[in-house]
Amino acid sequence: MTERVLLKNFDPRNPVPVSYEAYVKAGGYEGAKNALSKSPLEVQQIVKDSGLRGRGGAGFPTGLKWSFVPMDHPGPKYLVCNCDEMEPGTFKDRALIYGDPHQLIEGMLIAAYAMQMTRGFIFIRYEYKKGAEILDRAIQEAEKHGWLGKNIQGTGFDFYLETHLSAGRYICGEETALLNSLEGKRANPRSKPPFPQVRGFLGQPTIVNNVETFCNIPHILARGPEWYKKLGLNGNAGTKLMGASGRVKTPGLWELPMGTPLSVLLKDYAGGPAREFPIKAVMPGGLSTPMLTPDQFDTPMDFDSVAKAGSRLGTACVIVFDEGDCMVSAMANIIKFYARESCGFCTPCREGMQWIYDTLCAIRDGRGEPADLQVLDDVGRHLAHTFCAFAPGAQGPLVSGLAKFRHEFEEHISRGQCTAAVK
Amino acid sequence: MIPETLYKELSEHCSHYPSRQVGLIYVLQKLQEYYGGWLPDEAVTEAANIVGIPEPEVEGVTTFYNWFFREPVGKTIIACCDSISCYLCGAENLISHLEKRLGIRPGETTPDGRYTLLPVVCLGNCDRAPSVMIGETLYERVTVESLDKILDQLDAESNKEATR
Repeated sequence: MTERVLLKNFDPRNPVPVSYEAYVKAGGYEGAKNALSKSPLEVQQIVKDSGLRGRGGAGFPTGLKWSFVPMDHPGPKYLVCNCDEMEPGTFKDRALIYGDPHQLIEGMLIAAYAMQMTRGFIFIRYEYKKGAEILDRAIQEAEKHGWLGKNIQGTGFDFYLETHLSAGRYICGEETALLNSLEGKRANPRSKPPFPQVRGFLGQPTIVNNVETFCNIPHILARGPEWYKKLGLNGNAGTKLMGASGRVKTPGLWELPMGTPLSVLLKDYAGGPAREFPIKAVMPGGLSTPMLTPDQFDTPMDFDSVAKAGSRLGTACVIVFDEGDCMVSAMANIIKFYARESCGFCTPCREGMQWIYDTLCAIRDGRGEPADLQVLDDVGRHLAHTFCAFAPGAQGPLVSGLAKFRHEFEEHISRGQCTAAVK
Repeated sequence: MIPETLYKELSEHCSHYPSRQVGLIYVLQKLQEYYGGWLPDEAVTEAANIVGIPEPEVEGVTTFYNWFFREPVGKTIIACCDSISCYLCGAENLISHLEKRLGIRPGETTPDGRYTLLPVVCLGNCDRAPSVMIGETLYERVTVESLDKILDQLDAESNKEATR
């Protein structure tokens, strides 16, 4: 049985926020105590040694990211939590903030101390307004008990934390767009470099980490990097929240060792196919991750293995399709999302996404022509030539779907109708 | 025109940041609340004055974000998730049912001003798809039947208020 670390205090099926008292009783704020007794650089080193990689989807080593922050910077430095969870198919950060808000606060406190940042923001999507209220209450509790605010636990270190309720837009999840949004601007992404670690919020060094990333930190500090490294399989560090939705019998969210095979997640946790049809495709970590087919289901769910299989681990919340699903229709749904949420800054994305959507609808509705597939291939290729990762995010599912289910697209065009769809 | 107390409160909120514009999203959210769920032209002017930036900059922000409205919306917003997991679990049926029941298309408001129907991106509740957010309440594993029940109840509540 896997050790539950991030989910040890609550049931993700029915998250009720753990109180401050219950959190402390379960060993909470022990990691912070340990961190505050060390030097900031020692704390950074512990996080580096743990092998923790960013849980927002990109998998960049967290300790390394932190080490880019100039410690001798004369002005303010900022810490930001990305809780703009809007990646379709993803529902892990919601559970963490609704179930255990102090775990996030403690993680942010330790990070702030490690980089000597005195001000932090939790950027939270509008639809999680109740989550923001839960966090606001927990922040007050933490302040009352001397874990936030001035002179934390008598150490002389100050850290002020507040929530920022967003007004909603998918692109806000991109870290530089998030910073523009936090500054009260349109959430257009910024060019990199300079990276936020050097010039971020209001031009000052800033670290943006995902909710789940922060939630790992208290445990690493309380129990040590060696213990943490051993939690995963095949040399992967830590546990990972993994979810399943779509055509599975028991959709849900679980905490599993990083590197758990996709097939185990699908069968043992998600209960296998929901209907009489076998599973035909899986997006392994949100809408922006290329599709995997059954011959790839033994892929371990970790950053490197999923990348080797031609996709990305992303958020590790899998979206499941079965043989009864029409992939042309599904692709139209997928691209509709990107067409709607494009920030409009780059032409290939703003115009291309709508063009692709219209073409997919035509094929879906039996108005497709043989040349349309060429159009999809061509316009799809241009999606790589944009400013940020949004359009390439759409390109992943589009290109993989066109390659793996080309026969469905061709059949739609030649017969003018679908033979796969049953719903 | 907003009352002076609200103006002062919002202005103070902005002073709390190293750059006043950091407070803009919050200011607009509060103004939208005050003006009954949307931002009329005067709210844009007021936000520009409170924050101390040009009006077009504020307009750029109001038109960028999904949850700012520059025209009147219904008393209750029905936000129907139509992203992939909900789509797989029948979101399209729910939306077409709502279109029929309310007599409006997504993006429109009922003539009596009670409901605005909006398609939204993933509500982060995919293991309990399909999800619909009505007002600030999230409903999960929604069916046409359960949706009707929820709306019947909301209708009854509004009717009661109207006759009071």
